[in-house]
Amino acid sequence: MAVSVEQLADEMFAIVEESAGKRKLKAGDLQKAMAAKHGDEVSRKDVKAGIKLLIDSGRCVYGYFGGSSIELPRTEGAANE
Amino acid sequence: MADDLKIPLLEELEKGPWPSFVTDIKSVAGKSEMAADLLRQLEKSYEDKRGYWKHGGLVGVRGYGGGVIGRYSALPEEFPGVSHFHTVRVNQPSGWVYTADALNGIMDIWDEHGSGLTNMHGSTGDMVLLGTRTEELEPTFLALTQKGWDLGGSGSDMRTPSCCIGPARCEYACFDTLALTYNLTQEYQDELHRPMFNYKFKIKVSGCPNDCTAAIARSDMAIIGIWKDDIKVNQEEFAKYVDSGMDVQGIVVDMCPTSCISVDGKTIDIDDSNCVKCMHCINKMPKALAVGDEKGAAIALGAKAPIVDGALFGSIMVPFIELEEPYEELHDLIERIWEFWDEHGKARERIGEFIERVTLARFCEEVGLDPIPQMVTHPRENPYIFYEEYFAEEGEGSEE
Ligand code: SF4
Ligand code: SF4
Repeated sequence: MAVSVEQLADEMFAIVEESAGKRKLKAGDLQKAMAAKHGDEVSRKDVKAGIKLLIDSGRCVYGYFGGSSIELPRTEGAANE
Repeated sequence: MADDLKIPLLEELEKGPWPSFVTDIKSVAGKSEMAADLLRQLEKSYEDKRGYWKHGGLVGVRGYGGGVIGRYSALPEEFPGVSHFHTVRVNQPSGWVYTADALNGIMDIWDEHGSGLTNMHGSTGDMVLLGTRTEELEPTFLALTQKGWDLGGSGSDMRTPSCCIGPARCEYACFDTLALTYNLTQEYQDELHRPMFNYKFKIKVSGCPNDCTAAIARSDMAIIGIWKDDIKVNQEEFAKYVDSGMDVQGIVVDMCPTSCISVDGKTIDIDDSNCVKCMHCINKMPKALAVGDEKGAAIALGAKAPIVDGALFGSIMVPFIELEEPYEELHDLIERIWEFWDEHGKARERIGEFIERVTLARFCEEVGLDPIPQMVTHPRENPYIFYEEYFAEEGEGSEE
């Protein structure tokens, strides 16, 4: 594999950071972004492994607002003390 | 019961002969402020005719994108007991078979970390533990996993697969529903815990066409037991039904949807080529009739409740598949379906809606399914005659 899972994770993290507060990104959006950037060099499995890395390391979390999204960890507006 | 619990509107729901969730929650309200405030907030909702829950979209346990449904009270000062009221879904065992010890273990955990209230079971099949605080989620998860439990699915993931009790105690089972459900749960752990789809994907497994999990109406993929050969007939036992005075003509023969049963005295004859395997005759005379020997399952896709579009029933996509471990053929099919849906589906588009949008013909081509007569849902509505090879053969694109 020409692109490492760690590199994919970093690139996807940058996209999630850039979209924070503007657009909720789904796993599929990140898939498409990576496919557009790397073409056949990365597989769906690689991207999934990259997302897994982001979530397991705590750099990103899953959110659910009508559909599941990948987001930066934060305290949501609805949360009570 | 909490002394100051004034819930006259909710108490209306305790009247009548049926069980009442109000009575159940009241029974623990004396020892659980969460349960007491749950009733108080609900009473206020009934008074004001509006809900007071806020959606918590980010709560969960580390690494998982499903299994926790976040809720906060919109009136936390008034109802501090339900300031946080998150739900935890626990992956139920296949067929919902528990030991008393296992259930007691779950309840001990939930009394310690949550409200003590449960819903057994949610519509997806999970054990639903109702009401806990954000800081209790990780300790709850840890305590559950230490006892061998895991969370179920929620959000845009494969929801917890569920099945009927099948061969554990039902002679109608055409395959091992429990083993298959366990296999799918283990095989697709990532899909269960890490939401990666456009929307939810439910798999329900029933061992025969009685469909005790209501898979045909409630799951994106319904796997329903079926047999290919003839219904097995025990004429001696049939004669006993006749001798017992059972109205075989009225109860069985006349009720067969395809009129393929005939009875001559104490002998029954079934024209199996016309049997649609509705199970009616077998259910009525289980000692005389039984499912055949060549057993497997039919697979229907697309059922859903009416959330975005209207409700859909599942449509048969695979009329027969053998289901033996390691289930490679089934895994392969599931993965092809997911890949195509994942690639081309829209956000919040269930597989049934997706098939309607991209057309059944294209779906079958992309996923590699053969068109079959069972896919035709209405007379004169043939969804697969527009295949390219037919155009090529006929040399023109007929609109008929
Ligand atoms: S679906 Fe069929 S096999 Fe399963 S429990 Fe019901 S009757 Fe038995
Ligand atoms: S299973 Fe249903 S269709 Fe088949 S013979 Fe019995 S009643 Fe008729």
